[in-house]
Amino acid sequence: MMRLGPTLLLGVLLLAIVSIGAASREQGDTPDRETTPNRPAGLAAWQKIYSVMSHPRCINCHTASDYPEQGDDRHRHLFNVVRGPDGKGVPALQCATCHRQANADSTGVPGAPDWHLAPLSMRWQDAADRILPSSAVCKTVSDPAKNGGLDGAALIKHHQTELVKWAWKPGLRNDGSARSVPPIDYEEFMVATREWVQAGMPCTK
Amino acid sequence: METFKLTVNCQQKDVTVDPSTPLLWVLREDLKMSGTKYGCGIAACGACTVHVGGVPTRSCVLPISLVGERPVVTIEAMSNDTIGRVVEEAWESEDVVQCGYCQSGQIMSAVALLKATPKPTDKDIEESMGGNLCRCGTYVRIRQAIKAAARQLG
Amino acid sequence: MATATTPNFLEVNRRTFLRMSGAAAGGLFLSLHLAEPGHARQTPKAQAYPPAAFIHVRSDGKIVIQVNRLEFGQGVQTALPMLLADEMDADWSQVIAELAPAADVYSDPIAGIQMVGGSGSIAHSFEQYRQLGASARAMLIAAAAAQWNVMPEQCRTEASVVYGPNSQSAKYGELAESAAKLPVPESVQLKKESELHLSGKNTRRLDSRGKCNGSQKFGLDVDLPGMKVALVAHPPVFGARVKSFNADAARAISGVRDVFEMPLVRGTGVAVVADRFWAAKQARDRLQAEWNTASVEHPDTAQLFSKYRELARTAGNIAMTRGSAASMDSIPSSKRILAEYEFPFLAHTPMEPLNTTVRFDSSGAEVWAGSQFQTFDQMAVAEVLGLKAEQVTFHTEMAGGGFGRRAVADSHVQREAATIAKRLPGIPVKLIWTREDDVQGGYYRPMFVHRVDVGIGADGMPIAWRHVIVGQSLVAGTPFAARLIKDGVDATAVEGVADTAYAIQNFYVSAHHPEINVPVLWWRSVGHTHTAFVMETLIDELAMRAKTDPIAYRLKLLSPDAKKLRACLTLLREKTASWRDSATGNRAVGVASHESFGTGVACAVEVSVENKRPKIHRAVIAVDPGFAVNPLSIESQMQGGVTFGMTQVMPKGAITLKDGRVEQRNWDGYTPPYINDAPVTVEVHIVPSSEKPTGCGEPPVPVISPAIVNALSRLTGKRYRSLPLAEI
Repeated sequence: MMRLGPTLLLGVLLLAIVSIGAASREQGDTPDRETTPNRPAGLAAWQKIYSVMSHPRCINCHTASDYPEQGDDRHRHLFNVVRGPDGKGVPALQCATCHRQANADSTGVPGAPDWHLAPLSMRWQDAADRILPSSAVCKTVSDPAKNGGLDGAALIKHHQTELVKWAWKPGLRNDGSARSVPPIDYEEFMVATREWVQAGMPCTK
Repeated sequence: METFKLTVNCQQKDVTVDPSTPLLWVLREDLKMSGTKYGCGIAACGACTVHVGGVPTRSCVLPISLVGERPVVTIEAMSNDTIGRVVEEAWESEDVVQCGYCQSGQIMSAVALLKATPKPTDKDIEESMGGNLCRCGTYVRIRQAIKAAARQLG
Repeated sequence: MATATTPNFLEVNRRTFLRMSGAAAGGLFLSLHLAEPGHARQTPKAQAYPPAAFIHVRSDGKIVIQVNRLEFGQGVQTALPMLLADEMDADWSQVIAELAPAADVYSDPIAGIQMVGGSGSIAHSFEQYRQLGASARAMLIAAAAAQWNVMPEQCRTEASVVYGPNSQSAKYGELAESAAKLPVPESVQLKKESELHLSGKNTRRLDSRGKCNGSQKFGLDVDLPGMKVALVAHPPVFGARVKSFNADAARAISGVRDVFEMPLVRGTGVAVVADRFWAAKQARDRLQAEWNTASVEHPDTAQLFSKYRELARTAGNIAMTRGSAASMDSIPSSKRILAEYEFPFLAHTPMEPLNTTVRFDSSGAEVWAGSQFQTFDQMAVAEVLGLKAEQVTFHTEMAGGGFGRRAVADSHVQREAATIAKRLPGIPVKLIWTREDDVQGGYYRPMFVHRVDVGIGADGMPIAWRHVIVGQSLVAGTPFAARLIKDGVDATAVEGVADTAYAIQNFYVSAHHPEINVPVLWWRSVGHTHTAFVMETLIDELAMRAKTDPIAYRLKLLSPDAKKLRACLTLLREKTASWRDSATGNRAVGVASHESFGTGVACAVEVSVENKRPKIHRAVIAVDPGFAVNPLSIESQMQGGVTFGMTQVMPKGAITLKDGRVEQRNWDGYTPPYINDAPVTVEVHIVPSSEKPTGCGEPPVPVISPAIVNALSRLTGKRYRSLPLAEI
């Protein structure tokens, strides 16, 4: 308890700084995340979002390495696939070399428009391919410096892209079995996203 | 069965096949273009590589229904491609091939690499050619031939 | 000392063994020929190989040469015509090489059957193709001399032209018709080495262009009017039989023509015949088959290793004994190394999946296949179809690699194709083994366990060596068993150990060959894949213990008659002198040398550890193959062979079984080296030699894995005794 004290304090302080930053950016309808009565609801919503983001269908392309991952065991992508300069592979081994605008169920290759790896700033894993804890992912997602400059509204829009939606219709593996999907359905994910944004995108420490 | 209009090596082709059929088998069996090879069927080896809409593509995993209107270019057209011809010549002068079965795919990947990266480094070569398997182990000479072609084109 | 006390009979045994083993190595199938005394090693007579069967000089000047064995990457389709064209003084730019169909005349002169294997192409057909060329040249000269009314001795030849004494000249294409009517000369004089203008020179492959522009047809590219494609559902456990199957969903696929149960070499299967590959594959995927797997053994890798380790603790059948086996017991444990090695099953996975096309009708059959064993495969098809071998026209198709996988004594792929074709008379059927069929289909390099006890003398050299090898026999139950299994020991399991070139006084090798329900097969370099690894890692460990340079240590330990290895190591030392001792920091150099199939190879690699894997910055090879027929091809074989050999150090370089089922399906689970795994450079140096040439396809394979782990041991201080290599 004694030793936890300063850590907690530091956490609150950091959160306050982040929140002030967020508050100053998000004026108007987005309430201050530190003081809003919606904060507990926002954090609960975040946990739902995190359960999706940490699912292999999402996190496999939010790596901290120079390669994507595959499968529910999140193994390194086979066949020497690499990230490349813009997250779309290298000239002769692009994401699009196999992944096209839709799932190829007859051959087991998933696909969706704009298939690519999230930039390194959006990594949700550490260098050893371990999933980052909820708070760390939350900070990454809510920080425009890391999330590609997305504010709350833009984030909601991002979650409506075909690539994100793909996680709920990921197609068949090459043995004909269905790929697993995130633990909550897409509609619930979007409700949670809106709640979290409404609540000022709060993060636990 | 469904009819698809394809553009293969600048020629219009109509094929009537099951929409789930991979492009590879349409090329090999319906269009009788056997230069594109079957090696694994799971995009592990790159022997089936063709260019679809300019993107090097593993034709063994691309259902014909996803090709759309994008033009398909295969090994058979490389002799008429500015870079393709130089790459083929480099392959011959460096005596790259052994059994030769993977080399259509290797050349299609090498052409894609050189079109985007005229002066590839060893790392560029390893990354771009990293998905093309050669069981005979001609990699050392593939590397040399890509560099020779780059010099020739430079 | 030990030499003086060695009883004579052991010496005799050793020599006898070495002769036998040398034969096995030089050409695994010498056996067949040895059964007919007097034929072995006989120089083929020109008459036995009529030039007409090998050479066709067309009127347009093109010279079409039949190659009597499969081309599957090794370069024989270029090298044998080089030898022939050289003696014939043919214009090389006009030479066309074709793969000969199955026929007695195209049998391997030593093996007595039409085949390729044991790195025997050049070793066995060197003189044959030279004599063919010389005979053709003599006949062309005779035709010209008769035409000009001059003596043949007055004529000379150059680049497909005969020149007479009075400035006459005639092109080969003009003389061909009359030359063909002349008798084949009884004997011909072959050129001196100095007179050769093609052989010994770097010569680019004849088959390059077609393989670069997509026009080369391989077996899988065979396309005949009305042809159907067949896939077979094989049993999930080797040898199991179909209990029942429901083909309703399979038959519902458009383009599916037939679904039926069929006998296999092991068990039974279900064939699916369709108009196209994709229909056949979809149908096979939808086939609901029940298998009776209870009646067959369920091999399991973990259980097998444990059984093999137990077996290795006991002496097996004696493969080799020299000196005193008991001498080990007097050596203190501080002067001993006890090492246990484990090697998994390995699949060949040539790039071109296995396939065979057969058309059968009442008059006979036609077969198209890339085969290493045309004679056996032709006979097998004939047997299935109730025909005589000569009723089966067998076309040799260009093959996309093989590495032994197309040299199968039971011809199981051809038998499957023939069985299906028999049901569809008049319709050509192409049987395709998908990559999954190939990876899961058996015919693997067997699993092996080695247990070795080494006793070290005062000078740091091994003075006693006790070695037990456990693994399935490759030839048991095949026509090769009679010659290759002696006293219960399969020569292909102990080659590379029993006949080691290292002079170890007290040397005792024995072998167990358990019978396991997994079909096994030679994998490029056969027994040397594992024996060289054991020998060369142990010798390196000994050199490290003795704080001696690894090349110097080997040179010291080699027996005096190991001329080729000595030459290779000496050349390797010279070619690596500038950097071998100066590798520092995170890089280390590993060395290995090994003789196989009569060819010596020494190898040095510079290695670091990157991403927990060995990174091979460079490899240098010194090779002694005798006279180097095509040095460029030898360079390619060395470069490719070491990369192929790296298959067994790859993290997923193993086939494993769990409760009878193969755990890998494709190259995602069994992963050979890609370009970033392979050495960045491979420098090849050939020992200058005028000795009779020996093969180069297999000899580079054995040295690379031990060289790599010897470097790793120097980096990490650990020993690596199990393959594949886990994370470093």
